[in-house]
Amino acid sequence: MSVISEGVVRRKRRRSRFVAWLAGDKRAAVSLVFLLALASLSVLANVVAPYSPLEQSMDILAPPSAAHLLGTDDLGRDVFSRLVHGGPMSLYASFLAVSVGVLIGLPFGVLAGYLGGWIDTAVSRVIDTILSCPSIVLAIAVTGALGIGLTNSMIAVGIVFSPGLARLIRVQTMIVKGELYVDAARTFGLSTPRLVFRHILPNAIQPVIVQVTLLLATALLAEASLSFLGLGVQPPHPSWGQMLARAYAYMEIAPEQMYAPGFAILFTALAFNALGESLRSLLDPTRRRSD
Amino acid sequence: MSRRTLRVIGWRLLQVVPVIVLATFAVFGLLQLVPGDPAAVIAGETATAERIVQIREMLGLDLPLWQQYLHWLGGAVQGDLSTSLITGLPVIDEVLRRLPNTLLIVVCALILAISIAVPLGILAATHVDGRVDRFVTSIASLGVAVPNFWVGMILVGFFALNLGWFPTTGAASLTEDPARALWHAALPAIALASSGIAEITRQLRSALIEVLSSQYVRTLQAKGLSQGRILWRHGLKNVSLTLLTVIGLVFNRTLGATVAIEAVFAIPGTGSLVVTSATNKDFPVVQGVVFVLVLIVILCNLLIDILYSVLDPRMNKQ
Repeated sequence: MSVISEGVVRRKRRRSRFVAWLAGDKRAAVSLVFLLALASLSVLANVVAPYSPLEQSMDILAPPSAAHLLGTDDLGRDVFSRLVHGGPMSLYASFLAVSVGVLIGLPFGVLAGYLGGWIDTAVSRVIDTILSCPSIVLAIAVTGALGIGLTNSMIAVGIVFSPGLARLIRVQTMIVKGELYVDAARTFGLSTPRLVFRHILPNAIQPVIVQVTLLLATALLAEASLSFLGLGVQPPHPSWGQMLARAYAYMEIAPEQMYAPGFAILFTALAFNALGESLRSLLDPTRRRSD
Repeated sequence: MSRRTLRVIGWRLLQVVPVIVLATFAVFGLLQLVPGDPAAVIAGETATAERIVQIREMLGLDLPLWQQYLHWLGGAVQGDLSTSLITGLPVIDEVLRRLPNTLLIVVCALILAISIAVPLGILAATHVDGRVDRFVTSIASLGVAVPNFWVGMILVGFFALNLGWFPTTGAASLTEDPARALWHAALPAIALASSGIAEITRQLRSALIEVLSSQYVRTLQAKGLSQGRILWRHGLKNVSLTLLTVIGLVFNRTLGATVAIEAVFAIPGTGSLVVTSATNKDFPVVQGVVFVLVLIVILCNLLIDILYSVLDPRMNKQ
């Protein structure tokens, strides 16, 4: 068989496995479609939203109508447009926080797990200590120090995520390090960096992928909380959490305004979680179905 | 309690010391994250040069780092967590004044979560893949994904504003007026409990399923022991350690989650304190709150560790 056709076959096999996964797990399929829709909505926010998210009008706290699908807020801004523009903020925030968490957590985890000894003890103690602080409180404290704003607050959330990720990758590294193929590679005289990047990381990364997907939901909820508290996205820019804060201030006049942003957060978090759980059962060898 | 258990408890107490020392590093290090000159940042953009110098001296920012740390530690050991930059009052007083309000809703939420989640978890695990199980699992997935402050807002809208059953905001002292304090704590505690219920249910369910499908349970079934007896005498006994771990975790998370809940219900607790002080760059207060909360969590973890060794004597042999 030629090289090209082999590649095509492999790609086809991979695609059929992907299709089989989604066909076998309806929840994951729905979640993936939802998240893809949200992502494209975020990219096309300017086209989809009928108004500018910052455009004010005299028509304040209006109920839903044909002109304003979800009504208007206390400054006469179109709620639907703000909701659509809040999507990219939330997605950016989630991915930023998780990336920061991985960038900090992964090296420390691999280092501790691979080297062992006193480095492992020291890193583990630090991880335990940071994990004993309630995460949102720590994120708020770090945000206060770095300066208020969406990017800083999500870097703070990422810093808070990092010890948990480090702990996970540390354990995985320790397991993989003891495998026979790692010993074999070492006897071939492979350098340590090559050993780590070629053999240990690819084999230790699977639970991290699951955890990262689940953390996207946690990050989304953290962003919503922090923006609700005024530490994340700054006005006038829209975010779902901040929309909830405004809606809450006018709840006695326009109680229906708190539903749309809340459901947006709930559905997106549900989708990330469902995808993560599905990946977990897909990647977990002990739970693999007979196929 | 055997001598061995006591020795394990003593050992655990000793092990807490380095964790607390590390925690002081972390709390102290928070100020080092401030970009540029902390004194200038704290003083604000419109501050005069004198004010910046004054703040620098007040916080001891002109000293070398290790002296700053020792100074802070020396105070902390004596229960002095410095003073607020805004009110000028001792941080520890403010934190201790607000802590009961926070702990009340956290403890209520935890009790609520445990008393709802344990029956749900047992129900789901004993009906695996049945309709009950699927229903409970779906509820749990919702509970993990829902923003708790949004639950709080909906509760306020329905039970406080529409029906008028509960007060919308505020808190009352548990020692002065217990009934009113609990009445105020009810809605915040329910909102806080949502994620705890979900987490405990999920973990209990999977742990119980694993135990109930194990070899020795099969042996017990073959022996003719009734399902109920197997569940109560063997199943729950074996998952009690998992349950304890999860409760510790949920306590930590709930303590953090109060931050947004306190904002919704306008509760003067530690969560709202840390938010306002972080916003106003009142760093001594931020550090104080974080430090006290970390201490509480460390003590809670210690308690759980001790309970482990009491519940499961096998742990003590290591």
